[in-house]
Amino acid sequence: MALLRRCDVVKATEAVACKSQISLPGWVVRLIENALRSERSEIARYHLNAILNNIRIAEADARPVCQDTGLPVFHVEIGEGCSFDFNLWEAIAEGVTIATRKGMLRSNVVDPLSRLNTGDNTGPGMPYLIVDHVTGDSLRITAFPKGAGSENMSFLGMLNPADDPFEYILENLAERVSNACPPVFVGIGIGGTFDQAAALAKRAIIGLPGESKEELLLLKRINDLGIGPMGLGGDTTALGVKIERAFCHTASLPVAVNLQCWANRRATARVTEDGWSIE
Amino acid sequence: MEHRVRSPLSEGDVSKLSAGDIVWLSGVIYTARDKAHQRLGEVKFDLRGGVIYHCGPLIRDTTVVSAGPTSSVRLARYTPQVLDLGVRCIIGKGGMPGAAELMRGRAVYLAYPGGCGAAAARSLSVRGVCLSELGMAEAVWEFEATDLGPMVVAIDSHGRDLYREVRESAKKHLKR
Repeated sequence: MALLRRCDVVKATEAVACKSQISLPGWVVRLIENALRSERSEIARYHLNAILNNIRIAEADARPVCQDTGLPVFHVEIGEGCSFDFNLWEAIAEGVTIATRKGMLRSNVVDPLSRLNTGDNTGPGMPYLIVDHVTGDSLRITAFPKGAGSENMSFLGMLNPADDPFEYILENLAERVSNACPPVFVGIGIGGTFDQAAALAKRAIIGLPGESKEELLLLKRINDLGIGPMGLGGDTTALGVKIERAFCHTASLPVAVNLQCWANRRATARVTEDGWSIE
Repeated sequence: MEHRVRSPLSEGDVSKLSAGDIVWLSGVIYTARDKAHQRLGEVKFDLRGGVIYHCGPLIRDTTVVSAGPTSSVRLARYTPQVLDLGVRCIIGKGGMPGAAELMRGRAVYLAYPGGCGAAAARSLSVRGVCLSELGMAEAVWEFEATDLGPMVVAIDSHGRDLYREVRESAKKHLKR
Protein backbone atom coordinates (compact mmCIF):
# COMPACT_ATOMS: atom_id res chain seq x y z
CA MET A 1 0.00 0.00 0.00
CA ALA A 2 1.29 3.49 -0.90
CA LEU A 3 0.72 5.87 2.01
CA LEU A 4 0.05 9.39 0.70
CA ARG A 5 0.94 12.53 2.63
CA ARG A 6 -1.68 15.13 3.57
CA CYS A 7 0.63 18.07 2.75
CA ASP A 8 1.01 16.75 -0.83
CA VAL A 9 -2.76 16.59 -1.30
CA VAL A 10 -3.17 20.15 0.04
CA LYS A 11 -0.42 21.53 -2.22
CA ALA A 12 -1.61 19.60 -5.29
CA THR A 13 -5.15 20.89 -4.74
CA GLU A 14 -3.98 24.48 -4.39
CA ALA A 15 -1.90 24.12 -7.56
CA VAL A 16 -4.71 22.72 -9.73
CA ALA A 17 -7.26 25.15 -8.26
CA CYS A 18 -5.01 28.02 -9.43
CA LYS A 19 -3.83 26.52 -12.74
CA SER A 20 -7.36 25.66 -13.86
CA GLN A 21 -8.30 29.35 -13.59
CA ILE A 22 -5.44 30.65 -15.71
CA SER A 23 -5.13 28.36 -18.71
CA LEU A 24 -7.61 26.27 -20.68
CA PRO A 25 -6.79 22.80 -21.99
CA GLY A 26 -5.31 22.84 -25.52
CA TRP A 27 -8.19 20.83 -26.96
CA VAL A 28 -10.69 23.48 -25.78
CA VAL A 29 -8.68 26.30 -27.38
CA ARG A 30 -8.41 24.33 -30.64
CA LEU A 31 -12.19 23.86 -30.78
CA ILE A 32 -12.68 27.63 -30.42
CA GLU A 33 -10.03 28.31 -33.11
CA ASN A 34 -11.73 25.83 -35.45
CA ALA A 35 -15.09 27.50 -34.81
CA LEU A 36 -13.62 30.89 -35.73
CA ARG A 37 -12.45 29.47 -39.09
CA SER A 38 -15.91 28.29 -40.09
CA GLU A 39 -18.04 31.02 -38.47
CA ARG A 40 -19.94 33.20 -40.97
CA SER A 41 -21.45 35.85 -38.66
CA GLU A 42 -19.37 39.00 -38.21
CA ILE A 43 -20.58 39.62 -34.64
CA ALA A 44 -19.86 35.98 -33.80
CA ARG A 45 -16.32 36.27 -35.17
CA TYR A 46 -15.86 39.41 -33.05
CA HIS A 47 -16.80 37.41 -29.97
CA LEU A 48 -14.67 34.37 -30.82
CA ASN A 49 -11.67 36.64 -31.42
CA ALA A 50 -12.31 38.39 -28.09
CA ILE A 51 -12.47 35.00 -26.36
CA LEU A 52 -9.18 33.83 -27.89
CA ASN A 53 -7.54 37.17 -27.02
CA ASN A 54 -8.80 36.80 -23.45
CA ILE A 55 -7.34 33.30 -23.19
CA ARG A 56 -3.94 34.66 -24.27
CA ILE A 57 -4.11 37.55 -21.78
CA ALA A 58 -5.07 35.28 -18.87
CA GLU A 59 -2.11 33.01 -19.55
CA ALA A 60 0.36 35.90 -20.12
CA ASP A 61 -0.72 37.75 -16.95
CA ALA A 62 -1.35 34.59 -14.87
CA ARG A 63 -4.81 35.90 -14.00
CA PRO A 64 -8.16 34.07 -14.02
CA VAL A 65 -9.75 33.74 -17.45
CA CYS A 66 -13.14 34.65 -15.95
CA GLN A 67 -13.94 36.63 -12.80
CA ASP A 68 -16.43 33.90 -11.89
CA THR A 69 -13.88 31.42 -10.63
CA GLY A 70 -16.77 29.10 -9.97
CA LEU A 71 -17.66 26.56 -7.34
CA PRO A 72 -14.81 24.27 -6.22
CA VAL A 73 -15.68 21.01 -7.95
CA PHE A 74 -13.05 18.25 -8.10
CA HIS A 75 -12.94 14.92 -9.86
CA VAL A 76 -10.98 12.65 -7.55
CA GLU A 77 -9.69 9.27 -8.74
CA ILE A 78 -8.47 7.14 -5.87
CA GLY A 79 -6.12 4.29 -6.74
CA GLU A 80 -7.03 1.04 -5.01
CA GLY A 81 -3.37 0.63 -4.00
CA CYS A 82 -3.10 3.93 -2.12
CA SER A 83 -4.15 4.82 1.38
CA PHE A 84 -4.23 7.89 3.61
CA ASP A 85 -4.43 8.48 7.33
CA PHE A 86 -6.28 11.82 7.02
CA ASN A 87 -9.64 13.10 5.85
CA LEU A 88 -9.37 13.59 2.07
CA TRP A 89 -12.21 16.13 1.86
CA GLU A 90 -10.65 18.28 4.58
CA ALA A 91 -7.25 18.24 2.84
CA ILE A 92 -8.80 19.31 -0.48
CA ALA A 93 -10.83 22.00 1.32
CA GLU A 94 -7.61 23.35 2.82
CA GLY A 95 -6.07 23.62 -0.66
CA VAL A 96 -9.14 25.59 -1.79
CA THR A 97 -8.89 27.91 1.21
CA ILE A 98 -5.22 28.66 0.45
CA ALA A 99 -5.94 29.35 -3.25
CA THR A 100 -8.74 31.73 -2.18
CA ARG A 101 -6.52 33.58 0.32
CA LYS A 102 -3.91 34.07 -2.41
CA GLY A 103 -6.53 35.99 -4.42
CA MET A 104 -6.75 33.45 -7.23
CA LEU A 105 -10.34 32.42 -6.42
CA ARG A 106 -13.20 34.86 -5.86
CA SER A 107 -15.11 33.89 -2.71
CA ASN A 108 -18.28 32.48 -4.22
CA VAL A 109 -19.54 29.98 -1.65
CA VAL A 110 -22.51 31.09 0.48
CA ASP A 111 -25.09 29.49 2.77
CA PRO A 112 -28.06 28.74 0.46
CA LEU A 113 -30.63 30.37 2.77
CA SER A 114 -28.87 33.07 4.78
CA ARG A 115 -26.60 33.80 1.75
CA LEU A 116 -23.78 34.38 4.24
CA ASN A 117 -20.44 34.18 2.40
CA THR A 118 -17.93 31.90 4.10
CA GLY A 119 -15.08 33.89 2.50
CA ASP A 120 -12.92 30.86 1.70
CA ASN A 121 -14.99 28.91 -0.84
CA THR A 122 -15.69 26.07 1.59
CA GLY A 123 -18.74 25.05 3.59
CA PRO A 124 -20.94 22.00 4.01
CA GLY A 125 -20.83 20.18 0.65
CA MET A 126 -18.17 22.51 -0.79
CA PRO A 127 -15.73 21.59 -2.21
CA TYR A 128 -17.82 19.07 -4.10
CA LEU A 129 -15.92 15.86 -4.83
CA ILE A 130 -16.89 13.50 -7.64
CA VAL A 131 -15.10 10.31 -6.64
CA ASP A 132 -14.02 7.28 -8.65
CA HIS A 133 -12.10 4.27 -7.42
CA VAL A 134 -9.53 3.18 -10.02
CA THR A 135 -6.57 0.85 -10.36
CA GLY A 136 -3.05 1.96 -9.42
CA ASP A 137 -1.42 3.34 -6.30
CA SER A 138 -1.80 7.08 -6.79
CA LEU A 139 -4.44 9.75 -6.33
CA ARG A 140 -5.50 11.95 -9.25
CA ILE A 141 -7.16 15.32 -8.51
CA THR A 142 -8.79 17.29 -11.32
CA ALA A 143 -9.99 20.81 -10.50
CA PHE A 144 -13.15 21.47 -12.46
CA PRO A 145 -14.40 24.91 -11.39
CA LYS A 146 -18.04 25.51 -12.27
CA GLY A 147 -19.28 29.05 -12.89
CA ALA A 148 -22.85 30.10 -12.12
CA GLY A 149 -23.69 31.50 -15.56
CA SER A 150 -23.74 28.12 -17.25
CA GLU A 151 -24.74 26.14 -14.13
CA ASN A 152 -27.85 28.32 -13.62
CA MET A 153 -29.02 27.55 -17.16
CA SER A 154 -28.80 23.77 -16.71
CA PHE A 155 -32.05 21.83 -16.50
CA LEU A 156 -33.64 18.48 -15.65
CA GLY A 157 -36.92 16.94 -16.77
CA MET A 158 -38.76 13.79 -15.74
CA LEU A 159 -40.11 12.98 -19.20
CA ASN A 160 -42.81 10.60 -20.29
CA PRO A 161 -41.17 7.54 -21.92
CA ALA A 162 -43.05 8.41 -25.13
CA ASP A 163 -41.44 11.89 -25.26
CA ASP A 164 -38.49 12.66 -27.53
CA PRO A 165 -35.61 13.65 -25.22
CA PHE A 166 -33.77 15.46 -28.01
CA GLU A 167 -36.75 17.72 -28.77
CA TYR A 168 -36.96 18.53 -25.04
CA ILE A 169 -33.24 19.38 -24.97
CA LEU A 170 -33.39 21.57 -28.10
CA GLU A 171 -36.48 23.50 -26.96
CA ASN A 172 -34.93 24.28 -23.57
CA LEU A 173 -31.54 25.15 -25.03
CA ALA A 174 -33.15 27.59 -27.48
CA GLU A 175 -34.63 29.42 -24.49
CA ARG A 176 -31.69 29.26 -22.09
CA VAL A 177 -28.35 28.88 -23.82
CA SER A 178 -27.74 32.58 -24.55
CA ASN A 179 -27.24 33.16 -20.80
CA ALA A 180 -24.76 30.31 -20.45
CA CYS A 181 -21.87 32.09 -22.26
CA PRO A 182 -22.02 30.19 -25.54
CA PRO A 183 -20.33 28.57 -27.34
CA VAL A 184 -21.05 25.93 -24.71
CA PHE A 185 -20.32 22.31 -23.98
CA VAL A 186 -23.49 20.29 -23.41
CA GLY A 187 -23.35 17.46 -20.90
CA ILE A 188 -26.38 15.20 -21.03
CA GLY A 189 -27.50 12.51 -18.61
CA ILE A 190 -30.30 10.24 -19.81
CA GLY A 191 -31.90 7.57 -17.67
CA GLY A 192 -31.25 6.31 -14.17
CA THR A 193 -33.04 7.99 -11.27
CA PHE A 194 -33.82 11.70 -10.77
CA ASP A 195 -30.47 12.39 -9.07
CA GLN A 196 -28.51 9.94 -11.22
CA ALA A 197 -29.45 11.79 -14.41
CA ALA A 198 -28.04 15.06 -13.03
CA ALA A 199 -24.84 13.35 -11.86
CA LEU A 200 -24.42 11.74 -15.29
CA ALA A 201 -24.86 15.12 -16.98
CA LYS A 202 -22.05 16.59 -14.87
CA ARG A 203 -19.83 13.58 -15.54
CA ALA A 204 -20.52 14.02 -19.26
CA ILE A 205 -18.87 17.45 -19.26
CA ILE A 206 -15.93 16.20 -17.24
CA GLY A 207 -15.23 13.84 -20.15
CA LEU A 208 -14.22 14.80 -23.64
CA PRO A 209 -16.76 15.90 -26.26
CA GLY A 210 -18.54 12.83 -27.60
CA GLU A 211 -18.17 11.35 -31.03
CA SER A 212 -21.15 9.03 -31.37
CA LYS A 213 -23.62 9.49 -34.21
CA GLU A 214 -26.28 10.76 -31.78
CA GLU A 215 -23.90 13.24 -30.16
CA LEU A 216 -22.68 14.66 -33.47
CA LEU A 217 -26.22 14.93 -34.83
CA LEU A 218 -27.42 16.78 -31.73
CA LEU A 219 -24.39 19.11 -31.92
CA LYS A 220 -25.34 19.97 -35.50
CA ARG A 221 -29.01 20.51 -34.58
CA ILE A 222 -28.00 22.88 -31.72
CA ASN A 223 -25.70 24.87 -33.98
CA ASP A 224 -28.37 25.02 -36.69
CA LEU A 225 -30.52 27.09 -34.28
CA GLY A 226 -28.26 30.07 -35.11
CA ILE A 227 -28.05 31.36 -31.53
CA GLY A 228 -24.29 31.86 -31.76
CA PRO A 229 -21.62 33.11 -29.36
CA MET A 230 -23.17 35.02 -26.43
CA GLY A 231 -26.64 34.59 -27.98
CA LEU A 232 -26.14 37.29 -30.60
CA GLY A 233 -26.40 35.06 -33.66
CA GLY A 234 -24.00 32.83 -35.55
CA ASP A 235 -23.05 29.28 -36.44
CA THR A 236 -21.23 28.44 -33.18
CA THR A 237 -23.58 27.80 -30.26
CA ALA A 238 -22.04 24.57 -28.94
CA LEU A 239 -18.53 23.17 -29.19
CA GLY A 240 -19.30 19.68 -27.95
CA VAL A 241 -22.07 17.34 -26.84
CA LYS A 242 -21.54 14.31 -24.63
CA ILE A 243 -24.26 11.88 -23.59
CA GLU A 244 -23.96 9.56 -20.59
CA ARG A 245 -26.72 7.07 -19.99
CA ALA A 246 -27.97 4.70 -17.30
CA PHE A 247 -30.77 2.17 -17.55
CA CYS A 248 -34.00 3.42 -16.01
CA HIS A 249 -37.46 2.35 -14.84
CA THR A 250 -39.84 1.35 -17.60
CA ALA A 251 -42.20 4.18 -16.54
CA SER A 252 -39.44 6.86 -16.41
CA LEU A 253 -37.32 8.96 -18.73
CA PRO A 254 -35.13 11.36 -16.70
CA VAL A 255 -33.16 13.81 -18.86
CA ALA A 256 -30.64 16.22 -17.37
CA VAL A 257 -28.55 18.81 -19.18
CA ASN A 258 -25.55 20.42 -17.51
CA LEU A 259 -24.10 23.30 -19.48
CA GLN A 260 -20.49 24.41 -19.44
CA CYS A 261 -19.43 27.75 -20.90
CA TRP A 262 -16.59 28.04 -23.45
CA ALA A 263 -14.27 28.53 -20.44
CA ASN A 264 -14.17 24.77 -19.92
CA ARG A 265 -11.53 24.96 -17.22
CA ARG A 266 -9.73 22.05 -15.63
CA ALA A 267 -6.28 21.04 -14.40
CA THR A 268 -5.04 17.73 -13.02
CA ALA A 269 -2.40 16.71 -10.49
CA ARG A 270 -1.22 13.26 -9.42
CA VAL A 271 -0.24 12.49 -5.84
CA THR A 272 1.94 9.48 -5.07
CA GLU A 273 3.82 8.40 -1.97
CA ASP A 274 6.84 10.28 -3.40
CA GLY A 275 5.08 13.64 -3.77
CA TRP A 276 2.85 15.37 -6.32
CA SER A 277 3.09 16.73 -9.85
CA ILE A 278 0.87 18.53 -12.35
CA GLU A 279 -0.17 16.36 -15.31
CA MET B 1 -19.94 50.44 -37.37
CA GLU B 2 -17.46 51.06 -34.54
CA HIS B 3 -17.76 53.80 -31.92
CA ARG B 4 -15.51 55.16 -29.19
CA VAL B 5 -17.61 56.73 -26.44
CA ARG B 6 -16.89 58.37 -23.07
CA SER B 7 -19.08 58.45 -19.98
CA PRO B 8 -21.09 60.26 -18.73
CA LEU B 9 -23.28 59.78 -21.79
CA SER B 10 -25.91 62.13 -23.19
CA GLU B 11 -29.14 61.19 -24.93
CA GLY B 12 -27.38 62.15 -28.19
CA ASP B 13 -24.42 59.83 -27.48
CA VAL B 14 -26.80 56.94 -26.93
CA SER B 15 -29.06 57.57 -29.92
CA LYS B 16 -26.08 57.23 -32.31
CA LEU B 17 -25.63 53.60 -31.31
CA SER B 18 -27.53 51.01 -33.33
CA ALA B 19 -28.01 47.31 -32.62
CA GLY B 20 -25.06 45.35 -33.99
CA ASP B 21 -22.57 48.23 -33.71
CA ILE B 22 -19.28 47.72 -31.84
CA VAL B 23 -18.44 50.04 -28.92
CA TRP B 24 -15.24 50.82 -26.99
CA LEU B 25 -16.02 52.74 -23.82
CA SER B 26 -13.86 54.98 -21.63
CA GLY B 27 -14.65 56.93 -18.48
CA VAL B 28 -16.25 56.07 -15.16
CA ILE B 29 -18.40 52.94 -14.82
CA TYR B 30 -20.03 51.34 -11.75
CA THR B 31 -20.36 47.62 -11.06
CA ALA B 32 -23.61 46.32 -9.61
CA ARG B 33 -24.90 42.81 -9.05
CA ASP B 34 -27.96 41.42 -7.26
CA LYS B 35 -27.71 42.87 -3.74
CA ALA B 36 -26.36 46.21 -5.02
CA HIS B 37 -29.42 46.59 -7.25
CA GLN B 38 -31.68 46.14 -4.22
CA ARG B 39 -29.83 49.05 -2.54
CA LEU B 40 -29.06 51.36 -5.49
CA GLY B 41 -30.89 54.21 -3.71
CA GLU B 42 -28.14 54.22 -1.04
CA VAL B 43 -25.28 54.52 -3.52
CA LYS B 44 -23.44 57.82 -3.08
CA PHE B 45 -22.30 58.04 -6.73
CA ASP B 46 -24.18 60.26 -9.21
CA LEU B 47 -25.57 57.86 -11.81
CA ARG B 48 -26.96 60.50 -14.22
CA GLY B 49 -25.57 59.73 -17.67
CA GLY B 50 -23.78 56.87 -16.01
CA VAL B 51 -22.83 53.34 -16.93
CA ILE B 52 -23.79 50.31 -14.83
CA TYR B 53 -21.70 47.17 -15.38
CA HIS B 54 -23.26 43.86 -14.35
CA CYS B 55 -20.05 42.52 -12.89
CA GLY B 56 -18.80 40.87 -9.73
CA PRO B 57 -15.08 41.47 -10.06
CA LEU B 58 -12.12 39.61 -8.62
CA ILE B 59 -9.95 42.26 -6.97
CA ARG B 60 -6.61 41.80 -5.19
CA ASP B 61 -5.81 44.76 -2.88
CA THR B 62 -6.92 47.57 -5.22
CA THR B 63 -5.98 45.88 -8.49
CA VAL B 64 -8.66 44.53 -10.81
CA VAL B 65 -7.60 40.93 -11.52
CA SER B 66 -10.57 39.64 -13.56
CA ALA B 67 -13.80 41.48 -14.31
CA GLY B 68 -16.04 40.04 -17.03
CA PRO B 69 -19.83 40.44 -17.08
CA THR B 70 -22.37 38.46 -15.07
CA SER B 71 -25.76 37.31 -16.42
CA SER B 72 -28.02 40.33 -16.83
CA VAL B 73 -31.21 38.25 -16.84
CA ARG B 74 -31.13 38.23 -13.02
CA LEU B 75 -31.14 42.03 -12.95
CA ALA B 76 -33.72 42.75 -15.66
CA ARG B 77 -36.42 43.28 -13.01
CA TYR B 78 -34.62 46.42 -11.72
CA THR B 79 -34.49 48.17 -15.12
CA PRO B 80 -37.14 50.85 -14.27
CA GLN B 81 -35.33 51.91 -11.07
CA VAL B 82 -31.95 51.95 -12.81
CA LEU B 83 -33.24 54.12 -15.66
CA ASP B 84 -34.99 56.47 -13.21
CA LEU B 85 -31.57 57.18 -11.66
CA GLY B 86 -30.47 58.50 -15.05
CA VAL B 87 -28.34 55.57 -16.17
CA ARG B 88 -27.73 55.72 -19.93
CA CYS B 89 -25.87 52.48 -20.50
CA ILE B 90 -25.97 49.00 -19.01
CA ILE B 91 -23.18 46.52 -19.74
CA GLY B 92 -23.69 42.80 -19.21
CA LYS B 93 -24.13 39.50 -20.96
CA GLY B 94 -27.02 37.37 -22.14
CA GLY B 95 -29.53 40.19 -22.49
CA MET B 96 -32.33 41.72 -20.43
CA PRO B 97 -35.79 40.40 -21.30
CA GLY B 98 -38.36 43.19 -21.33
CA ALA B 99 -35.80 46.01 -21.20
CA ALA B 100 -35.97 47.15 -24.83
CA GLU B 101 -39.26 49.04 -24.45
CA LEU B 102 -38.11 50.69 -21.21
CA MET B 103 -34.80 51.75 -22.74
CA ARG B 104 -36.32 53.30 -25.84
CA GLY B 105 -35.12 56.91 -26.20
CA ARG B 106 -33.13 56.67 -22.97
CA ALA B 107 -30.44 54.02 -22.79
CA VAL B 108 -28.54 51.17 -24.46
CA TYR B 109 -27.46 47.69 -23.41
CA LEU B 110 -23.95 46.65 -24.42
CA ALA B 111 -22.88 42.99 -24.47
CA TYR B 112 -19.35 42.37 -23.25
CA PRO B 113 -18.15 38.86 -24.24
CA GLY B 114 -19.00 36.61 -21.28
CA GLY B 115 -16.09 34.99 -19.52
CA CYS B 116 -13.53 37.48 -20.84
CA GLY B 117 -12.61 38.72 -17.38
CA ALA B 118 -8.85 38.82 -17.90
CA ALA B 119 -9.08 41.12 -20.95
CA ALA B 120 -11.65 43.39 -19.25
CA ALA B 121 -9.44 43.77 -16.18
CA ARG B 122 -6.62 45.22 -18.29
CA SER B 123 -8.96 48.10 -19.24
CA LEU B 124 -10.16 48.86 -15.70
CA SER B 125 -8.72 50.56 -12.60
CA VAL B 126 -10.31 51.17 -9.21
CA ARG B 127 -11.39 54.75 -8.31
CA GLY B 128 -13.63 53.99 -5.35
CA VAL B 129 -16.09 51.60 -3.76
CA CYS B 130 -19.51 51.80 -2.12
CA LEU B 131 -21.52 49.18 -0.18
CA SER B 132 -18.23 47.38 0.48
CA GLU B 133 -19.93 45.50 3.33
CA LEU B 134 -21.59 43.36 0.61
CA GLY B 135 -18.19 41.81 -0.17
CA MET B 136 -15.87 41.98 -3.16
CA ALA B 137 -18.21 40.61 -5.81
CA GLU B 138 -21.41 42.36 -4.65
CA ALA B 139 -20.02 45.81 -3.76
CA VAL B 140 -20.47 48.78 -6.10
CA TRP B 141 -17.01 49.47 -7.55
CA GLU B 142 -16.24 52.76 -9.26
CA PHE B 143 -13.90 51.93 -12.13
CA GLU B 144 -12.06 54.09 -14.63
CA ALA B 145 -12.38 52.34 -17.99
CA THR B 146 -9.94 52.83 -20.85
CA ASP B 147 -11.22 51.53 -24.17
CA LEU B 148 -13.28 48.77 -22.58
CA GLY B 149 -14.41 46.50 -25.39
CA PRO B 150 -15.22 45.22 -27.90
CA MET B 151 -18.86 45.40 -26.87
CA VAL B 152 -21.84 44.81 -29.13
CA VAL B 153 -24.87 47.11 -28.97
CA ALA B 154 -27.36 44.36 -28.22
CA ILE B 155 -30.33 46.54 -27.22
CA ASP B 156 -30.37 50.01 -28.75
CA SER B 157 -32.41 53.05 -27.76
CA HIS B 158 -34.62 52.65 -30.84
CA GLY B 159 -36.37 49.47 -29.66
CA ARG B 160 -34.20 46.79 -31.29
CA ASP B 161 -33.18 43.82 -29.15
CA LEU B 162 -30.77 41.42 -30.90
CA TYR B 163 -31.27 38.68 -28.29
CA ARG B 164 -35.01 38.70 -28.89
CA GLU B 165 -34.48 38.55 -32.65
CA VAL B 166 -32.05 35.62 -32.39
CA ARG B 167 -34.29 33.72 -29.93
CA GLU B 168 -37.39 34.17 -32.09
CA SER B 169 -35.49 33.01 -35.16
CA ALA B 170 -34.25 29.92 -33.26
CA LYS B 171 -37.80 29.07 -32.17
CA LYS B 172 -39.06 29.32 -35.75
CA HIS B 173 -36.25 26.97 -36.76
CA LEU B 174 -37.40 24.47 -34.10
CA LYS B 175 -40.95 24.42 -35.49
CA ARG B 176 -39.81 23.69 -39.02
